[in-house]
Amino acid sequence: MPVILATDLIIYALFGMVVWFVLSVRKGATIPVRIWTHIKGRRGVMVCLLILSLYALIALADSIRWRDPILTEEGTVATTLEGRTIYSPHALSLLDRVLTPLRERTEKTFSAPLATHLYVKETMELPDGTRVRDYPPLKYPRAHLLGTDKVGSDVLYLALKGIRTGVIIGTGTTLLIIPFALLFGVLAGYFGGIMDDIIQYIYTTLSSIPAVLLIVAFMLIFGTEGYQGGLITDEYLLWGLFVPTDRLFWLCVIMGITSWTDLCRLIRGETLKLREMDYVLSARALGVGSLRIIGRHIVPNVMHIVLITFVLQFSGLVLAEAILSYLGIGVGPEMGSWGNMINTARLELSREPVVWWNLLGAFIFMFGLVLPANIVGDAVRDALDPRLKVHGRI
Amino acid sequence: MMAYIIRRLLYAVPIIVGVNLITTLLFFYVNTPDDMARKMLGEKNVTAQLIEDWKRAHGYDVPLFVNPEEKGIKKLTETIFFRKSVPLLWLDFGRSDRNNIDIGYEIRERMWPSFYIALPTLVLGIMVNLTVAMLVAFVRGTYMDRLTMVLCVAMMSVSALFYIIGGQYLFGKVLRLVPISGYDTGLNAIKFVILPVVIGVITGFGAGVRFYRTIFLEELSKDYIRTARAKGLGEATVLFKHALKNAMIPILTNVVVTLPFLFYGSLIMESFFAIPGLGSFTIDAINAQDFAIVRAMVYLGSILYIVGLILTDISYTLVDPRVRLE
Repeated sequence: MPVILATDLIIYALFGMVVWFVLSVRKGATIPVRIWTHIKGRRGVMVCLLILSLYALIALADSIRWRDPILTEEGTVATTLEGRTIYSPHALSLLDRVLTPLRERTEKTFSAPLATHLYVKETMELPDGTRVRDYPPLKYPRAHLLGTDKVGSDVLYLALKGIRTGVIIGTGTTLLIIPFALLFGVLAGYFGGIMDDIIQYIYTTLSSIPAVLLIVAFMLIFGTEGYQGGLITDEYLLWGLFVPTDRLFWLCVIMGITSWTDLCRLIRGETLKLREMDYVLSARALGVGSLRIIGRHIVPNVMHIVLITFVLQFSGLVLAEAILSYLGIGVGPEMGSWGNMINTARLELSREPVVWWNLLGAFIFMFGLVLPANIVGDAVRDALDPRLKVHGRI
Repeated sequence: MMAYIIRRLLYAVPIIVGVNLITTLLFFYVNTPDDMARKMLGEKNVTAQLIEDWKRAHGYDVPLFVNPEEKGIKKLTETIFFRKSVPLLWLDFGRSDRNNIDIGYEIRERMWPSFYIALPTLVLGIMVNLTVAMLVAFVRGTYMDRLTMVLCVAMMSVSALFYIIGGQYLFGKVLRLVPISGYDTGLNAIKFVILPVVIGVITGFGAGVRFYRTIFLEELSKDYIRTARAKGLGEATVLFKHALKNAMIPILTNVVVTLPFLFYGSLIMESFFAIPGLGSFTIDAINAQDFAIVRAMVYLGSILYIVGLILTDISYTLVDPRVRLE
């Protein structure tokens, strides 16, 4: 029985975009081709793109999930009295199922990467009855590449689970705001007058509220109800398979509300410029309607700004998620996230000897996403913004 | 000039009203006073009478925007929106929901530790970033330039949390140069301030250097620079005398807008380093779900943002004589 979270739709949309992009390059559309020719020959950027694709694929694998039917003791499928199948509340994703060994091989508590023994001493009884205090051997020695955390879960698995959250925050937030920023920005820029005043007023007001506090207040009020991660029970489900009240989704929404103003302002400025362009003026002189001009001449010509914002905002959003999770207003504790990992790992550095692998796991995986994203973002901006490209050559 | 400032201040009024409207909707419409009372009184043994008493004591016992029971102007004044947002105009923040402390007093006390962290971070950060950016612009296109840019991108890609945790571990625990966290009054505060400032500068290094470098390179592609070179000036004179002066405008935009926020504090830094500033004040309020304090801080932040924008415009006239404010 499939289960779809609201945030899964973001990942599906992201892959829709990727497919569209590839098709446009093959068709020869201007913007995608310009990006592609710009990054094609650059080995560093291509490697980064490859890494990003890998992250995206893992996120996709973690976004396809289904619930298994519960089996009775005789091995048949359990049903309710009305004959409906009972499904387990664990909606395991494709990734969870592939990583079953990692997921299920838990230890008692901390263990260092590739260790054979536990991190803390325990009193054990030897077969001959004597009691010794020593490091007990692990159940799965040398099986944990990044060690285990306080409750014995594999750190590598936790870090892999953080990928989906990172990718969703980084892409979903911008994807959600693009329609609104486009609509308001183009309307304000094209029509001007009272419309412009109202829209400018709205975004000036919103951007003058400190973003962190707006996010905090919003999450304290909206985020605490609904699905927080973990078990999926019937109360969260709509039509038996859709979870609309996903906390991560609310996080994307509020981060979108605090970040759409920049994009809106940029689009408005560009539209103001485009409005006076000769081809727009001649279209208007020929009697083409406003909506048609906006659709045919304005929107396609501001899309490069949308794309640049999309790639440049990505890394900042991923970093912001970690900070919000540290503040306790990010994703729920049961949902994998690097912010949560850092938050729990931060006190472990003061232990003796130091527990460093938790932090290392979060660091490697976060850095591995944000650095390529920054590099690809810069490349896309260089490709689409000729003004900046000139200076890149100096 | 004076007329311009007054006009800008007047223009700020609807924005402040808008900010208050949004926060009122968010805090009181979605999260009603009844909910707040229940949270504050604890879930157990709450009677309707207790809730009413709590609401009366904190001034939440009236409707949100319109009071139908009153007459005339009182229809609008005897409301939560009016009661809670009008005193904010003369910076009267009222009392907190939980412990009934005076928020205004607390803000006046706590803004100084925030300031002592934020000011050195800002000044030192600008000095370091500008110097490095100018040196990099000086050797642009070379191996050094590319190496520094790679370093900047790499540093930008590390979460601030790692800088803080790593810095505390390295300087506080392993090297034992400075205390890990805490704060003290007077000159004793210095040893507590050093680490947050250093980490703050490191955190901002990547983005700062890249930003200033872009500005310098943009200036260097302009005609007056070509003229300066054509008349035989050395590269150093061109860069440090001509380009730097003209690059001041975008640099100022970036700096002046942050000036009012020096008092505002950083949530993360102050919470990690246990600095009793406004940032940790806000964090504590968030954890205690004390919306009166959060509301006050939202309002303060908006005011500071608007002041920052006005200051930026005024500062333009000081560095660029061509700019006239009308």
